[in-house]
Amino acid sequence: MASLIACPHCGPRPKEEFTIRGDAGITRPTPDAGEDAWYAYVYLRDNPRGRHKEHWHHTSGCRRWLVVERDTMTHAIYAVSDASAPGETA
Amino acid sequence: MSSFRLSTGGRIDRANPLDFTFDGKPMQGFAGDTLASALLANGRQLVGRSFKYHRPRGILTAGAAEPNALVTVGEGGRTEANTRATLVELYSGLTAKSQNRWPSVDFDLGAVNSLLSPFLGAGFYYKTFMWPAAFWEKVYEPIIRKAAGLGRATYEPDPDSYEKCWAHCDLLVIGSGPAGLAAALTAGRAGARIILADEGFEPGGSLLSETAPIGEQSAADLLTQTLAELTSLPNVRIFSRTTVFGWYDGNIFGAVESVQKNTATVDPNRPIERIWRIAAKHAILASGAEERPLVFGGNDIPGVMMAGAMRSYLNRQAIAPGKNTVIFANDASGYATAADLEAAGLDVTAIIDSRPDASRLWSGKARVLANSVVLDANGGKNVKGVTVLNNGRPETIAADALAMSGGWSPIIHLACHRGAKPVWSDAKAAFLAPETQEGLTIAGSAAGLGGLEACLADGAGKALSVLRALGFSNTSAAFAPAADKTIVSRPLWRVRGSKGKAFVDYQNDVHLKDLGLAVSEGYGHVELAKRYTTNGMATDQGKLSNINAIGILAEARKVSPADVGTTTFRPFYTPLSFGALTGASKGKHFQPVRKSPLHDWAKKHGAVFVETGLWYRSSWFPQAGETSWRESVDREVLNVRKNAGICDVSTLGKIEIYGKDAAEFLNRIYCNAFLKLPVGKARYGLMLREDGMVYDDGTTSRLSENHFFMTTTTAYAAGVMNHLEFCAQALWPDLDVQFASSTDQWAQIAVAGPKSRDILQTMVDEDISDAAFPFLGAKEVSLCGGKLTGRLFRISFSGELAYELAVPAGYGEAVADAIMEAGKPHGICPYGVEALGVMRIEKGHVTHSEINGTVIPSDLGFAKMVSTAKPDFIGKAMLSREGLTADDRLSLVGVKPLDPATTFKTGSHILAEGAVPSLDNDQGYVSSSCYSPNVGSTIGLALVKRGPKRHGEHVTVWNDLKNEYTRAVLCSPVFFDPENEKLHG
Ligand SMILES: [Zn+2]
Repeated sequence: MASLIACPHCGPRPKEEFTIRGDAGITRPTPDAGEDAWYAYVYLRDNPRGRHKEHWHHTSGCRRWLVVERDTMTHAIYAVSDASAPGETA
Repeated sequence: MSSFRLSTGGRIDRANPLDFTFDGKPMQGFAGDTLASALLANGRQLVGRSFKYHRPRGILTAGAAEPNALVTVGEGGRTEANTRATLVELYSGLTAKSQNRWPSVDFDLGAVNSLLSPFLGAGFYYKTFMWPAAFWEKVYEPIIRKAAGLGRATYEPDPDSYEKCWAHCDLLVIGSGPAGLAAALTAGRAGARIILADEGFEPGGSLLSETAPIGEQSAADLLTQTLAELTSLPNVRIFSRTTVFGWYDGNIFGAVESVQKNTATVDPNRPIERIWRIAAKHAILASGAEERPLVFGGNDIPGVMMAGAMRSYLNRQAIAPGKNTVIFANDASGYATAADLEAAGLDVTAIIDSRPDASRLWSGKARVLANSVVLDANGGKNVKGVTVLNNGRPETIAADALAMSGGWSPIIHLACHRGAKPVWSDAKAAFLAPETQEGLTIAGSAAGLGGLEACLADGAGKALSVLRALGFSNTSAAFAPAADKTIVSRPLWRVRGSKGKAFVDYQNDVHLKDLGLAVSEGYGHVELAKRYTTNGMATDQGKLSNINAIGILAEARKVSPADVGTTTFRPFYTPLSFGALTGASKGKHFQPVRKSPLHDWAKKHGAVFVETGLWYRSSWFPQAGETSWRESVDREVLNVRKNAGICDVSTLGKIEIYGKDAAEFLNRIYCNAFLKLPVGKARYGLMLREDGMVYDDGTTSRLSENHFFMTTTTAYAAGVMNHLEFCAQALWPDLDVQFASSTDQWAQIAVAGPKSRDILQTMVDEDISDAAFPFLGAKEVSLCGGKLTGRLFRISFSGELAYELAVPAGYGEAVADAIMEAGKPHGICPYGVEALGVMRIEKGHVTHSEINGTVIPSDLGFAKMVSTAKPDFIGKAMLSREGLTADDRLSLVGVKPLDPATTFKTGSHILAEGAVPSLDNDQGYVSSSCYSPNVGSTIGLALVKRGPKRHGEHVTVWNDLKNEYTRAVLCSPVFFDPENEKLHG
């Protein structure tokens, strides 16, 4: 894992300040989306090799949830953005 | 004759003598000595015994690769085993001890292992200890444990402190030899932020022991001048005594700096070692090259030394290796050593060169034997002479020191830490790493170059390319281009015809025949041979031995070293102390103590504390004459139910929630309704996970239209906060809601019992009668005639008429004192979490003992709380799953023994009466239990299949750990005041 994460609010910070939640590519279904959609949302996760977007929490920093796009193979980080405005990178 | 110090020369300060001891014997060295050079100066060549055969061993190298001179430095809690004497900077008061010997290094009984050596060959662990299996634990393992290992760790605590730091730079230069210095100087002049790190106590690398001039200048002058310029540059930081041990993701380098390892008087206010994490835009690896030993009989006898190391000791610390030195060379390095020895007035008896055309290199006095090899070094505890094969004829030559030079291997460990594989180069007769990778460039002899000028030029040139890529355009190289001067010889992997043991891996006592055995037994693959013979598995990780092992395997398998390949390089380059890795994270810094603002108040009332997570909570408050915790807890419970009690509940998580959408947000977070909670009211809330299971519970109060105050359980305070933030930021960023944790800002005090209102009314300025402030009231109140503002909640965990009063943390103790004072006439007592637990079980209130990740609201009797009207809330969609609506789910029920004199424990399982314990017969389990002084027996809460429908059924409570069977009856989980008359009193 990369040692420094470029938080869009705090700048490059050590990874120990962050907590990883997991796949940020999934969207919470509507309440009536049906069993399959909810089952997939709650239980099914891809384990991709290569680029992957994840939710990271800057727990010991600004306490914002971030979307970190990283390479699961090389550990390179491509982009970090705030979870409330994904795509807007610092 | 043994090694000794010359009266002149070297970079030592003869005016600054340093006293130290070795194995208790007083010795003296000088500033500028390493422990190894100081031992050599004192004629101490035998410094340890080998790992397996307990052979006498001496100092072989002058650096990090040292496999033999491993000593224990320091005493008491500062004892550090397996320290390489070659890297220890000598200081006054240093104490060192040899290892792996008993009773002494000169007379070691373990040497009897040498006689057993036919049985200790490669794979001996696998072969000898195979059978019978029962012998492993009782016979083999104790023997191996006694025999194995080198130094012994101390059991005393480490008195020193350690720390971890970050550093950032444009260019990290690793190694301060010619290439590193040239790179640093080039980059430093360009204005780049530079860190120059070197493991030695003095920067300079090979320049420190170089006698050849560079152009018009001596190596020493060049070094002095370069360092002076580097030191003057504000953008250059020189980290001496700093080993870069690993290359990690994101171009982060790990380094360990020895801060106070060079003194006996440690300043307690500074760390002894410091770990650096260096974030570098780019790094230049200028780690140099390692000289290869030659593999011949007795190549481990004290007095045998690497030629480069011998030259370094001679030139840097004025150490003569002996009176008559023999050089065994397959490389030019041996001749440089011979020349410097002769220049120092020492006799070089002969230069034995395996190459046929050797003599053209030499113009000195010593006789050169071309096309010859050393078959065996002779001697026991030190070299007495050598047996050579001089053009096919054996000949014995007397000598008291022997240098060997088998060529050079670039030190490429760091360059291979992130997956790059070393590649064999026939031209260089060495394994090389890719010269340029993203973020890292190799320069100088680490890149396979030879010659001082070539290394200076390469460091400067490589730095120039790196700087340009980093955007420093106005730069020029600090040194002019120069040609590579490497003269590569065909490697001599081993000598044939030796009589004695020819060691390949000194530290693990692996010799030539072991590798032959590995190949003949089918373990010729480099990774298999490593594990079968243990070659390269010692703490030196095969820095000297791996290359020769690969060459020997290649010869035996009749392939090229390229086909054998290398084993994998991994961090750390050299061993790291646990202290450095631990850093400041020890004791209370590893697990901090969280104290409630009422901690001291509880302490003065005699509280017994219990650790819950990081918190210390008061458990119970023993009074004079009480002999057991139960006695205290029973008294507290009965007193609260009869009079009143006061309890510290400050550890509950507290979160302030603001925003015009706060109510809507909470409505989505809790499974029950919160949108229409009136201002001034508290409500019990049940929070689910998205899979429908209960996550946490607590009361949340509406203090104003857009301000809520949430409480969580103590254990889940942080988790709930993270959860709220995730939901607000990632799921519903359109909602206007903000959070602030205020757990540490409030002291929160529960006052419970029938007299609680009378007591609190004496302090609260507002009317808190039942009519004015009914159950679930929540409001800001004025205290003690307006002296203080607090928050008062009429909520109850005990089932009594009860309040929780929150006041700013700093006022907690004063307010608690005031409540105690006001409560005195009413018989108030402090109570702890044990009494709190008893009372909540008596009332059937759940905690995380029940909310254990497997229960949904209906399992706890909360089915009606779950809103059916809300369009959405966390957990709603999954609650209707088949498994969660099944009618035989484990559900909350009370349980008590039929005979009040009997008892059961939490965790015991419920069986139908008389049923045999089995998975099929399992009906559920006791989740909480206690002795209830109000019921007069043990009572419990249990999660039991169809529990609520089985009140009155007799069951067996089974505890397999104690083989106990208790006859019991299932009942309502509310054991006390089922109509809640007291609560509403
Ligand atoms: Zn941040």
